[in-house]
Amino acid sequence: MEWYNLDTWIVITGALCASACAIPGCFLVLRQMSMMGDAISHAVLPGLAIAFMITGSRSSLSMFVGAAVVGVLTALFSQWISQFGKVDRGASMGIVFTSLFALGLILIVQASNHVELDASCVLYGALELTPLDLWHWEFLGLSFKAPRAACVLTMILVINITVIGIFYKEFKISSFDPALAKTLGIHSGLIHYLLMTMVAITTVAAFEAVGSIIVIAMLVVPAATAYLLTENLVIMMFVSVFFSIAAAILGHISAILVPSWFGLNSTSSSAMIAVMAGCLFLIAWIFAPKQGLLQNYFIKSKSHNKAR
Amino acid sequence: MTAAVPAPLPKSKILNPQSAALHIQDLTVAYHSKPVLWDVDLSIPEAKLVGIVGPNGAGKSTLIKACLNLLPKTSGAVQVFGKSYEEQRSMIGYVPQRESVDWDFPVSALEVVAMGLYGKIGWFRSVKSRHKKLAKEALDRVGIADLADRQISQLSGGQQQRVFLARALAQDTRVYFMDEPFAAVDAATERAIIELLKEFKSLGKTCFVVHHDLATVSQYFDWTVLLNMRIVKSGPTEEVFTRENLSKTYGGKLTILEEASNALRITH
Repeated sequence: MEWYNLDTWIVITGALCASACAIPGCFLVLRQMSMMGDAISHAVLPGLAIAFMITGSRSSLSMFVGAAVVGVLTALFSQWISQFGKVDRGASMGIVFTSLFALGLILIVQASNHVELDASCVLYGALELTPLDLWHWEFLGLSFKAPRAACVLTMILVINITVIGIFYKEFKISSFDPALAKTLGIHSGLIHYLLMTMVAITTVAAFEAVGSIIVIAMLVVPAATAYLLTENLVIMMFVSVFFSIAAAILGHISAILVPSWFGLNSTSSSAMIAVMAGCLFLIAWIFAPKQGLLQNYFIKSKSHNKAR
Repeated sequence: MTAAVPAPLPKSKILNPQSAALHIQDLTVAYHSKPVLWDVDLSIPEAKLVGIVGPNGAGKSTLIKACLNLLPKTSGAVQVFGKSYEEQRSMIGYVPQRESVDWDFPVSALEVVAMGLYGKIGWFRSVKSRHKKLAKEALDRVGIADLADRQISQLSGGQQQRVFLARALAQDTRVYFMDEPFAAVDAATERAIIELLKEFKSLGKTCFVVHHDLATVSQYFDWTVLLNMRIVKSGPTEEVFTRENLSKTYGGKLTILEEASNALRITH
């Protein structure tokens, strides 16, 4: 296997992307609303397209604003529909995000006649191409350059960590016991929409790198893996970041290696990162010390032997 | 019981909203235009252990959730010591039903107890060691200080209920609303809870407790509210907790529902 500078950047970008997703992802998993991540990651598409059509540029800021607005609207709409339309929450999310996603696709196909914005890239991302788009800057007389995607994702990661750091106890209590939070004067709804906004902007940052589908794996899988293995919320977030990084490294390496065993060309790294995240979850699920498959099996066979 | 039996208060005094710990007027709560609570009037003096008793679906939890602004009121008003809930929030504590939270959540018993202090700590500030100390003391008072660092899924049902009680204790409020704290707990926990309630009462605190077990009502509570969508009776337990009133509360469910739906038809 040959390893280039490019490969290092791909792994770094993938790891940053997965880590940035994992932090809000932990709260999605704990609040049992992982599918809200799915909904938002799809629904931000029209926000992106409209922001793009208005400003005519792929400048990150307008895209983030567009996505954040639509992300919060998705959460609002699905709540309204389930509240007033008398359908369950899953169905109302299904209604809102598929409609918005389809609208976004139509807008992108229309827009792409005039400008460069590729629908398939939106769906699957292009992690392998991200190192080609470089940002240059100078600091203390030294000049640096790094892929734009990596820079943006670093910012998002920092923002996510900062927001959770500032509102840590509010996030904790409104995820664990929202009714108590309300009686203490902590507005759980505010925290809910803050989380939705974080998910929306994180999704947008992740779009270019991994697309709107793989991003769901990054939001949910490392967080769910960490949930199996930890008993403390802060440690859970660290462990989820660890699994994100591990999945990025293993994913890119196996994207190069595994197809070559069958005489094929290398495959999509972002997809392979998601596959590896799934494999790591499987391993954690089998070997988890408390709720793991093996542990349960041993406990059962032990008590069975005792009974005899 | 050796506790002094309070003389029945004159009706005019009970209904004065200023002196009542809890004063409810014309409270109606409805889900999808079906009433769950119908025209509830209540006035309860301070420093009482109040048992809220009634059959399943009588609206007991709904009553305390409506008092805590956790559910929208269709009509009516609730006052705590003469002022609205929002004005008095810092003096009101809540112990939710145990099943209302996810006990697999990755937090320790101590962290859950410390949540009772979040209102006092305020936004942008973190839990300090003095808060942890308060939480630890609260756990000690309910007899499970040794389990402080356990993740909450590793506690028994009774221990989990004690964690909730310790949280209320740490919150240190003047009024408590408790939703079935005695549901499915072991005998030792039941004793620990009732001891705590009596201590609260001796400190002048008022506790509203949704309760299921009719056998222990007269032993635990000095004030009883019999509820079945409407208030059947509210008053000192020895006056209210009678066979006749109970059969009205539990046996008369059908007639009350009918009355209410007729009344609804007239008003709409």
